[in-house]
Amino acid sequence: MSLLELDHISTGYGHFQALFDVSLRIEEGETHAIIGANGAGKSTLLRTICGLIRTEPDKVRFDGQPIGQLPPHKRVGLGIAYVPEGRWVFPSLTVHENLLVGGHSRRKGIWTIDKVYELFPLLARLRNRQALGLSGGEQQALAIGRGLMANPRLLLLDEVSLGLAPVVVEKIYEAMPAIIEAGTTVLLVEQDVGQAMKFADRVSCMLEGRLVLEGKPGEISQDQIFAAYFGV
Amino acid sequence: MVWVNDIIQGILLGGLYALFAAGLALVFGVMRLVNLAHGDFSIMAAYIALVIVGSLSINPFYTLILVMIVMGIFGYAIQRGLFNFAMDAGPMQAILATFGVAIIVQNLLLEGFTANSKGLDAGRIENAFIRISDQVVIGWFPLITIIVAVAVLLGLQVFLSRTRMGRAFRATADNQRAAQLMGIDNRHLYGMAMALALAMVAIGGVFIGIRTTFSPSAGPLRLIFAYEAVIIGGLGSLWGTLVGGIVLGIAQVLGDHIQQGWGMLAGHLVFLALLAFRPQGLFAKQVQ
Repeated sequence: MSLLELDHISTGYGHFQALFDVSLRIEEGETHAIIGANGAGKSTLLRTICGLIRTEPDKVRFDGQPIGQLPPHKRVGLGIAYVPEGRWVFPSLTVHENLLVGGHSRRKGIWTIDKVYELFPLLARLRNRQALGLSGGEQQALAIGRGLMANPRLLLLDEVSLGLAPVVVEKIYEAMPAIIEAGTTVLLVEQDVGQAMKFADRVSCMLEGRLVLEGKPGEISQDQIFAAYFGV
Repeated sequence: MVWVNDIIQGILLGGLYALFAAGLALVFGVMRLVNLAHGDFSIMAAYIALVIVGSLSINPFYTLILVMIVMGIFGYAIQRGLFNFAMDAGPMQAILATFGVAIIVQNLLLEGFTANSKGLDAGRIENAFIRISDQVVIGWFPLITIIVAVAVLLGLQVFLSRTRMGRAFRATADNQRAAQLMGIDNRHLYGMAMALALAMVAIGGVFIGIRTTFSPSAGPLRLIFAYEAVIIGGLGSLWGTLVGGIVLGIAQVLGDHIQQGWGMLAGHLVFLALLAFRPQGLFAKQVQ
């Protein structure tokens, strides 16, 4: 049984359809990257998994359980944490408080606030600062740390590199090995193909709301990715 | 010295307004709901106290805990049973729902208790006072009111900054969707916010019921005072709410001093002046 199963999902926002018949399986412990251009439906896919978009119950299965109808806060309790595109840190809370709120679900696991500070030492230095004043990179680290505080079995990372300088992106991705080693299953969405390929066990490419390519990073060629990414 | 006395009386009156305003500000802050029934809920609390006093013949002070619990439960129920759904439909629908509830509460109270003014009799404490000088006199009851107001605001601050639930309140105020992604059940949280707000307004309702008389139609005016106190203090600032209440209280007492009956006008004028020159309020929180 896969940890996460998406079964022929078609969904969108109002009259705008963003996903067409998307099926995907994520195995426990794997790191899976979804790449694709702007507007390909990557974020919509993650939102369907975390519950910001609901589907019929059976369309999304987590650990065998149908969860398509569950609201986000219940999915967090089951072990799905979503680190949103645009970070969504709580601006009036301090860094420390943001992390504490991340642990609101009281799920037990290896991630504690001290472990998160160890993973992102820069957060430890900023612990009493309001999140409002943080730089983009600091906010991204905080958003990931906050997600880890929920001790997820499945961590959804949405556009980690968006709007950040490459050197900052490198710094944040330095945390990835530790997260993967902890046994967390990671599903990350990236426009930055290079970053995605570096850590992923498997890569899927989306184009205009459809999954068009899936494979192991070593086994798919640059040309295949190019074709799937741009639809040529 | 007469002026000193006026200002002191204004400060004490401000404590009462702060008790109303804090609940209004909390509800708006956490869920962006303008609760137009807030004033009527305070009247409702006073009538609940009246019923308890009538049936148990105890001092209204002792009803406080019971009234708070009843109002808290009522707040949670009406939030989960009605306002949450109205908020799903949109902010305007939510305001209209609170407006509808306000009218229902007023009319039920009218039906049950007639339009006659009622009062809560707290006994000797109502008239006891401390004489500072010939012209400065501080009533024990207004003094207790402001002490309770400060204690309530302090308690609220500790709750919001130190507890898990309090942090969840603030996170939801910042970004409701992100809060849900942290495992916070916003519908339950909204219920708790309304419960807390109505428990606070219950204190205000009972206190003002002891201070003056009340009738089923008195709610809207209280809502306006609470609203003015919140705006003067600045949205999102707890202690601003107290200062807003005090500014309003001083304006009203001074206005009445200049000419009997001008108090209310003076309060409104100060509010309007503030809206014109410092619309963010005196202590607006520096976020966004």
